[in-house]
Amino acid sequence: MSEFKAPLRDIKFVTEEVLNIHEHYANLSGADEATPDMVSAILEEGAKFSERILAPLNRVGDEQGCTFNDGVVTTPDGFKEAYAQYVEGGWPSLAHPEAVGGQGLPESLGLMVTEMVATANWSWSMYPGLSHGAMNTLESHGTEEQKQTYLTKLVSGEWTGTMCLTEPHCGTDLGMLKTKAEPQEDGSYCITGTKIFISAGEHDLAENIVHIVLARIVGAPEGTKGISLFVVPKYSVDANGEKGERNDLSCGSIEHKMGIHGNATCVMNFDGAKGFLIGPENKGLNCMFTFMNTARLGTALQGLAHTEWSLQNSVAYARDRLQMRALSGPKAPDKAADPIIVHPDVRRMLLTQKAFAEGGRALIHYCSLLVDKTKKGTDEEQAEADELMSLLTPIAKAFLTETGFESANLGMQVFGGHGYIAEWGMEQNVRDCRISMMYEGTTGIQALDLLGRKVLMTQGATLKRFTKIIHKFCKEHKGNKKAKAYISELDKLNSQWGDLTMKIGMKAMMNKEEVGAASVDYLMYSGYVVLAYFWARMAITAQEKLAEGTEEKGFYKAKVQTADFYYQRILPRTLTHAEAMLSGAGNLLDMAEEDFLYV
Amino acid sequence: MKILVTVKRVVDYNVKVRVQPDHKAVELNNVKMSINPFCEIAVEEAVRLKEQGVATEIVVVSVGSKACQETLRTALALGADRAIQIEAEDNIDSLAVAKLVAAVAKEETPDLIIMGKQAIDSDNNQTGQMLAALLDIPQATFASEVKIDNGEAQVTREIDGGLQTLAITLPAVVTTDLRLNEPRFIKLPNIMKAKKKPLEVKTPDELGVATSSNITVVSVTPPEERQGGIKVSSVEELVDKLKNEAKVIA
Repeated sequence: MSEFKAPLRDIKFVTEEVLNIHEHYANLSGADEATPDMVSAILEEGAKFSERILAPLNRVGDEQGCTFNDGVVTTPDGFKEAYAQYVEGGWPSLAHPEAVGGQGLPESLGLMVTEMVATANWSWSMYPGLSHGAMNTLESHGTEEQKQTYLTKLVSGEWTGTMCLTEPHCGTDLGMLKTKAEPQEDGSYCITGTKIFISAGEHDLAENIVHIVLARIVGAPEGTKGISLFVVPKYSVDANGEKGERNDLSCGSIEHKMGIHGNATCVMNFDGAKGFLIGPENKGLNCMFTFMNTARLGTALQGLAHTEWSLQNSVAYARDRLQMRALSGPKAPDKAADPIIVHPDVRRMLLTQKAFAEGGRALIHYCSLLVDKTKKGTDEEQAEADELMSLLTPIAKAFLTETGFESANLGMQVFGGHGYIAEWGMEQNVRDCRISMMYEGTTGIQALDLLGRKVLMTQGATLKRFTKIIHKFCKEHKGNKKAKAYISELDKLNSQWGDLTMKIGMKAMMNKEEVGAASVDYLMYSGYVVLAYFWARMAITAQEKLAEGTEEKGFYKAKVQTADFYYQRILPRTLTHAEAMLSGAGNLLDMAEEDFLYV
Repeated sequence: MKILVTVKRVVDYNVKVRVQPDHKAVELNNVKMSINPFCEIAVEEAVRLKEQGVATEIVVVSVGSKACQETLRTALALGADRAIQIEAEDNIDSLAVAKLVAAVAKEETPDLIIMGKQAIDSDNNQTGQMLAALLDIPQATFASEVKIDNGEAQVTREIDGGLQTLAITLPAVVTTDLRLNEPRFIKLPNIMKAKKKPLEVKTPDELGVATSSNITVVSVTPPEERQGGIKVSSVEELVDKLKNEAKVIA
């Protein structure tokens, strides 16, 4: 029932008109191929693939799910064929170096394609998504030999990858992990242990699966300082670089879960499997962060994907569904009733989704340009981009998945009772979206990372990098009368952001629990301010286009109107978060554990 | 064997077209444009013939403004070897296009010319026929199957009564119908390779062809919007309305 159209126009608006991506590519080393016509041709083809091949499999994936039989996982009908076509089309290779068979295009261009792929079918997109993370880890930390052995096959898409972190007793707290690595005489390691919640851990899409595994070398220190990273292939690689003998690892079962049924979530048993060390001994967690940042941005993208999908389908329904008359009198007198899009509350729900979809898109692609710079920028650019990414990654991950879930929920609400019926696809979207607030670090963990590690531990320096950018932007547009409403509010919130940080920092010096108590409100507040910055930028760009004269009046007017909606109806949420985060840790910690329940 | 394929840049088939307020043309500003689906099928057929070892070179031609280079690149990404853009206004009529392509064909001397049977914007369905006449070579239109053997093309055509199979000697013009093939998805590396393939620009002057038109568009009108129905109170009233208002029965 549901449909998907790749939001090409809006991707172009954000990347070309707001973020000046072509100027960015012109200055980025190694991005010579990413000319405007090339970008456009690639996006067109990516859109075609997403719309025609992946979107129709979204519901199939949910209904059939993956099946498990004696260690073998079968993906839903069509997933395998779609993956073969994806590989045939060369898509896995887009943003990887030419030396290992990649196309060497910028990461940000890859993310534009990924956005469309992810929105069309999130569960399917996780298979190549996990590979991408594994590839980034090998690219950054693998030896030349490891790159040649594994990376070429991953880049071509013949093999896929996973990341094996979680164990039954430890997810967030990886310091507790038990998987053991015993050094062997030939330089390899014997890996023993159980990993759970391994997305794409076993499936039938590719002939070999390359697991990137966190384990503790025998005798290594306890805690996070004794963890190392290993590459452990499902099948060993023979002398010719091809799939060899089966390694001693297997999938024990797959989880039955609320959503993302099309993606296999596996228990992986390593029973003395042969693995190889990646990076230095005991530095596994540091190496892992390379992957974690990609993965977190990928999960932020999931929030955007479900928001966009929800928006597209609920707008179509609201324009079609006839029910009740507008309060001010019939708007469609020739019909039995007005389409529900005439009702203010339905519009509130649609505009909320629109504001988060388009605002989130700007944030995601802004981050992707930073990723380009962390990889290929000058030293100075790299340092700045790294710092900005460290601040924005937890915000994008938690805020866009929280608003993604809100949007998916609103999209379902627009359908009324029909939203609850599977056939319309809206409830699937809600279920699929829900996990995004948990995996790759829950909202709570992202909030602690943001406020504790990124902001307070740097004495606010990391935050200042970004508030300075907003401050400069506000100063630049101070004289712009049309943008006054945005700029004055943004400027105010931006300095309040700094003030709030100071206040919490002071409280935290007295009581460390204040950090945890304030963190989620702090993160959400930060998210609203960040999106306010992008909405101001988008509104100003749109106003300029309207002033120049354009054929696309409706498109640009809607940008300005959505910005107004965001500033007037969404931004007031910052008041609540500001008050809540300053209310102190007492209201959370004072209650005795035994008083939580009287049963 | 060399194959010449023509491609046209048209409004994308997914776009709901709107007529300009002055009723002179269809609105093309900020409308998504793509390769004409029939032309895409023509390119695909040529590429398949090359993959089968029947053809050795595919030259793709488009007539239009600079924007049609994008369409030529699409054809190159699908698998054509080189491209020729004939720089002209976008809306010149079929005869002018046929003359321009004929001039190119005389230079290129292809063994086979494959064209879409029509473009989905103006639906003329005449350029292929005109081209065959101008070159004085055989034509087989509305092809749903093409086999090349011994200097001859066996073409199955979709006609009103069913299918008709013709054998024509090469060189010849074949125009494609929708069932001929299903064009492939373009591969990412091929998009990048397409940019490096040669694209030559020629002008009508260089080809010695005048593109002046004998056709004037008087007006363009969208289909009338469907009117709401009414309830009639009796069979007599219905018959009366069918006779006198709708005039569908005598």
